[in-house]
Amino acid sequence: MSQPTHRHAALMQQYVLPLLLAVLLIGLWQVWTVAAQVPSYLVPSPLDIARTLVSDFGLLMGALWVTVKITVLAFLSAVVLGALIAFAFVQSRWIEAAFFPYAVLLQVTPIVAIAPLIIIWVKDPTLSLVVCATLVALFPIISNTTVGLRSVHPGLAAYFQLQRASRWQVLVRLRIPSALPYFFAGLRISGGLALIGAVVAEFVAGTGGTGTGLAYQILQSGYQLNIPRLFAALLLISLTGVAVFAALAGLTRWALGGWHESELNR
Amino acid sequence: MNAPAPAIEVLSAEQVYPNGTRALMPVSLTIQPGEFVTLLGPSGCGKSTLLKMVAGLLPPSDGRILLSRKPVGDPSADPRLSFVFQEATLMPWANVATNVRLPLDLAGVPRAEADARVAEALALVGLEAFGRHRPRELSGGMQMRVSIARGLVTRPRLLLMDEPFGALDEITRNRLDSDLLALWRQQGLTVVFVTHSITEAVFLSSRVIVMAARPGRVVEDIPVEAVWPRDDEYRTSPRFNELVRRPQHSLNEASQEPTS
Repeated sequence: MSQPTHRHAALMQQYVLPLLLAVLLIGLWQVWTVAAQVPSYLVPSPLDIARTLVSDFGLLMGALWVTVKITVLAFLSAVVLGALIAFAFVQSRWIEAAFFPYAVLLQVTPIVAIAPLIIIWVKDPTLSLVVCATLVALFPIISNTTVGLRSVHPGLAAYFQLQRASRWQVLVRLRIPSALPYFFAGLRISGGLALIGAVVAEFVAGTGGTGTGLAYQILQSGYQLNIPRLFAALLLISLTGVAVFAALAGLTRWALGGWHESELNR
Repeated sequence: MNAPAPAIEVLSAEQVYPNGTRALMPVSLTIQPGEFVTLLGPSGCGKSTLLKMVAGLLPPSDGRILLSRKPVGDPSADPRLSFVFQEATLMPWANVATNVRLPLDLAGVPRAEADARVAEALALVGLEAFGRHRPRELSGGMQMRVSIARGLVTRPRLLLMDEPFGALDEITRNRLDSDLLALWRQQGLTVVFVTHSITEAVFLSSRVIVMAARPGRVVEDIPVEAVWPRDDEYRTSPRFNELVRRPQHSLNEASQEPTS
């Protein structure tokens, strides 16, 4: 087995191929917009977008910071709240039976429909957006962590029982470590959802003059037919999403890499 | 006048599941300290059920079980028993040393003392160099050794083993059988060992309890002659084959006779 060559090929597949495709597509796009003289208020060329990124750098970075801040705050509060709710659920079937339907209700109600209410009720604009995005990101954490805390190897559970382990010891030494793979799978879903929640909430709030994030920039650029800036903001949102996913995948790998099947042989 | 208390007394203990299935007919038997007893029988004979009742993992539907004259599960008793499962049941997220230390951590033994005892237990099973490995990096046989080390680290008087080597290949199983015998003699343990292998039962034990299925019951209690040394030579000797014959016969009889 030639291990280095094998790894080289894997690296090639994972990074080089998608990058090549991107370069090719962007090149074609540039050629097409120039050759067909497409007006930049319809489809700006990649160079136009790049130029806007440079010229509006301060404005766009400010907006990016607002969106990232809301996303991160919402994600963190979803993690803390979701984990606490999951702990409550596994403490008793009664609690779960009583509250789980409401967790589902929260999940299936479109955030666009509740966002205006939340924005009216919560005075602080940043806080109101964080609340909206948290609601979107919460459910995967609750459901995954609950399943994880229950997914204890029965043999290990019998061993802990035999050793007369206390409820607390079982929770800390057995249930929580067993739940980690499920919890991290939940994190990766919630990270993306927190960003979506933040953008959607900004859209709803944006016209009220409270927002200054990337979604607000997209709205404004649309009104002003500043399409290159719209594209630039869109690009930044996508990159933020990719960064969130990559960070959480790295965190998962760091936490589970040594032992869990999902992260072995990668 | 003070006769040593029997390690285990099973007093017509039986097991009937709530749905009415009779897993085990009433069993009575006494095991003295230092004995190596195997429970031998086909699947469904209740051998694991009996072992779990002795461990306190499963309360008997009727009858009583005493460990050193105290009821199983009596909080005032210190049974000092260890249970080794059919699977290694190790925590995949923790390294070997942490896995072995688990019972001591649960009991609140100070870390320095616990670490010393973990090193001792790992040396007993020949894994002193593997403390920092994760379970998944070890072979099935080595994982089972870790599980046995975790059983020994509490310095038990009573070691209960539920088909511990059943999932291993024969070569590995023979090696672990020999090592287990050495440990038993050296540590002065009482061992109750569940298996469905006649040769393994005869090779290991000082006494074989033959069991049968439908309904689960004890058929015969056969003492095994104390031949030493029990090495690989012994496995193939005519003497050994002679000793295997009796439980073999007993199992055949039990599986043929129709029972009501």
